[in-house]
Amino acid sequence: MRTMTYADAIDDAIAQKMSKDPNIIYLGEDVQMLRLNLFSRFGSEKIINTPISESAFLGAGVTAAMAGLRPIVEIMLIDFIGVAIDALLNHAAKNEFFSGNQWQVPLVVRASCGGGYGDGGQHEQTLWGWLAHIPGLWIAVPSNPADAGGLMTASIEHDGPVVYLEHKLLAEYFRDYLGSGGRSNQDYNVPRDGEQGRIPDKWTPIPFGKASIKKEGSDISIVSLGVGVHRSLEASKRLEEQNVSAEVIDLRTVAPLDTSTICESVSKTGRLLVVDEDYKQFGLSGEIAAIVLENSIHFQYGRVCTEQSIPYSHQQEIQILPSTQRIIDSALGLMNKQL
Amino acid sequence: MFKSRLFEEHVVQIWNDGLITGEMHTSIGEEAIYAGLIDHLADGDALALDHRTTSPSIIRGVDPKSLLLEFLGHENGLCSGNGGHMHIFSKSHLLASSGIVGASGPAALGFALAAQHLRPGKIALSFFGEGAANQGMMMESFNMAAALRLPVLFVCKDNGMAITTQSSEVTSGNLISRAQSFGMHSLELDGADAAVVWRESGKMISGIRMGEGPAFILAKCHRPQGHFLGDPLLRISEKPLKELSQISGPLIKSVTKYKGATLKQRMSSLKKVTSLLGKTMKSGKSGNRDPVSLLRARLVKESSGIEDLETEVINEIEKVVESVLNIYMERSES
Repeated sequence: MRTMTYADAIDDAIAQKMSKDPNIIYLGEDVQMLRLNLFSRFGSEKIINTPISESAFLGAGVTAAMAGLRPIVEIMLIDFIGVAIDALLNHAAKNEFFSGNQWQVPLVVRASCGGGYGDGGQHEQTLWGWLAHIPGLWIAVPSNPADAGGLMTASIEHDGPVVYLEHKLLAEYFRDYLGSGGRSNQDYNVPRDGEQGRIPDKWTPIPFGKASIKKEGSDISIVSLGVGVHRSLEASKRLEEQNVSAEVIDLRTVAPLDTSTICESVSKTGRLLVVDEDYKQFGLSGEIAAIVLENSIHFQYGRVCTEQSIPYSHQQEIQILPSTQRIIDSALGLMNKQL
Repeated sequence: MFKSRLFEEHVVQIWNDGLITGEMHTSIGEEAIYAGLIDHLADGDALALDHRTTSPSIIRGVDPKSLLLEFLGHENGLCSGNGGHMHIFSKSHLLASSGIVGASGPAALGFALAAQHLRPGKIALSFFGEGAANQGMMMESFNMAAALRLPVLFVCKDNGMAITTQSSEVTSGNLISRAQSFGMHSLELDGADAAVVWRESGKMISGIRMGEGPAFILAKCHRPQGHFLGDPLLRISEKPLKELSQISGPLIKSVTKYKGATLKQRMSSLKKVTSLLGKTMKSGKSGNRDPVSLLRARLVKESSGIEDLETEVINEIEKVVESVLNIYMERSES
C-alpha cells in the first residue's frame, strides 16, 4: 500500500495503462501543462494540446476510438460539455448501436465536476444525472484516491464510452488552479479522506455498477457519491450520538447503477435518503426512488440535493450544496415518520 | 457512378412505394464528387460522411444488398436495422456517417488522428454540404486539422441550398477564402464532372498523404431531388395546383386577415417565397449538367463496350433489388 492524493492517483492509473498500451492518446485543452507529469513521461505525440474547440476534439475522440486508438479526452470542466454534447449524445453513445455492433467506442471523457470553492454556477455543476440519462454512456464518480485510480483503470479497459468525473474539491490541483490560485488564505470544507488516502501498489480495475458500503447501519440508508459520501459519513457519526444507525453507501458509478446494493439496504432499514450534489429535479435522486419502488419495497424517502443554480457567493453556495447539517436534519425527519 | 445512380433510382421508387420509413436524403447529382475522389483511396483510408450515404457507400464498395436491407430496416441489413440511411457504418471500409449537420468534420479528425498513429500515409475524407460549412464544429475542425496538420481532405458539396434556405442568404464571405484563411490549400471544382474532380484532387490527396496537412475542395453540384424526397419546394414547383390548393387557404388568411406585420412586410414575405419557388422551377427545367449523363456521353465517344458494361450493371442491381424485396416481403408476410 502507498499513500497518494486523489488527483495523483488518477494520473498514476493513467500512466500505468499508458506504459503498457501504445494506443492510448490523451487529448484536451492545456493538457501538456495540466498533466505535466504525463506529458514529460509520454511526450507530445501522446499528450496532445488541442484548441479550445470541445466539439471538434471530443468528436474526434469518438472516431479515433472507433478506428483503433483508446483516447482519453479531457473536458476541463464538465460544465463545458454543453458546447460539445452532440459528440456524446448523438455519436459516442450511439455509434455501437447504430453500426449494428460492428464498431465499439472505447473512449474515456475525463472531466472535473462539483462545487464548494466559490467559482459560480457555470463552473461547479456535476451533471452526472443529465449524462446518465443517455443510454450507452457509463459514468464514474470516485470519492477517494483508491477508487479514483481503480475506476480510471476500469474506464480505460471498458470497450464503450465512459464519462469519468473527478470532484474538484477532492482534486488538490484543481482547487488550487481554480480556487486558491496560490493563496494560503482560502479555506474550503475539504473532506480529508477523499483528498488523500491509501492506494494499492498496482492498480486493478474496480468494476462499474458495484457500490461500496462505507458504513453499515440498521435504521436508515444514506445513498450518495463524490463529496456527498464524506458529508454523509460525517452526518452518520453525529446521528450515532442520537442513537440513529445510518448505513452509508457510495455508489461510485451512476451508470451502470448498483440497484441491488441499494434495494438490499433499503429492504433492511426501511428508510432511504439520497444525498446528491446534482440537481434535484428529474435526476439521480428520483431515479433511485423509482427503482426501489419498482422492486416493491416499502420505505420512507427523502433527498438532499442541489435545487437551484449555484450562486457565486461562497456563503450562499455552502447553503445550497448538500451539507452535513442538511443531511442530519433530513435523516432525523425520516426517523420521525412511521414505517 | 452508374451503379450508384441506378441503385438510388430504385431506392426512390421503393420510398415512393412506402416501404422505406421516414426521410430519405438521396445523393443523386453528387455522384461525380464521390467517384472522382474515392477512386484515389486505398485500404485504410477513412470516410466521414454526412446524411447522404448511398452514393459514397456504393462507390466505396459496400455491398448494395446489405445497404438496401438496412434502408428497409431489416435485421440482416448492414447495421442490423438500427442505423437506417442517415447512420450507415461499415467498419471494414472505415466508413461512418451521421445525421447531425457538421458532424463529419470532427469525425474526420478522429479518423485522421488514428491514421497518424496507426496507419501513417492514410487519410480521412470529410464530406458535407455548404450549409454545414456554417456549423461551428465544422469550422473548429478546419482549425484543429490545420493546427495539428492532420491528414484530412474536407469536401464541401455545394448545391446552393441549405435545406430550403438559399445558402447565399445565410453565408458571409466565400468558402474558398474561408478555408484558405485556415491555411488550407483550397480548390473550387465542377462537381458534375468526375474526370475534373479525379484529375484535380489527385495531387492534393498525395500531398495530404505526405504530411502536408489538410486541404479543402468546394465542389459545385445540383441535386434534382432537393433536400430530401418529398422536399416541399420541389413538390410545389412540380405540382403547383395540387400543393397550393392545400396551403393557399391559411396562407391567404395569414397575409390578409390576422394581426401581424405591416402589409408591405407581408407582401415582401410572399414575394420572397414566390421567387424561391420560381427559382426551383427554373432549376428543374434548365437542364443542369447531370454527372452521370455527362460521363456517359464522354465514354460513348471515347471507348467501346460501354453498353455491355451498362447491361451488366443493370442486371446486377435489378437482381439485388429483387432479392432484397423478396426477403422484405417474406418478413412482412411472416
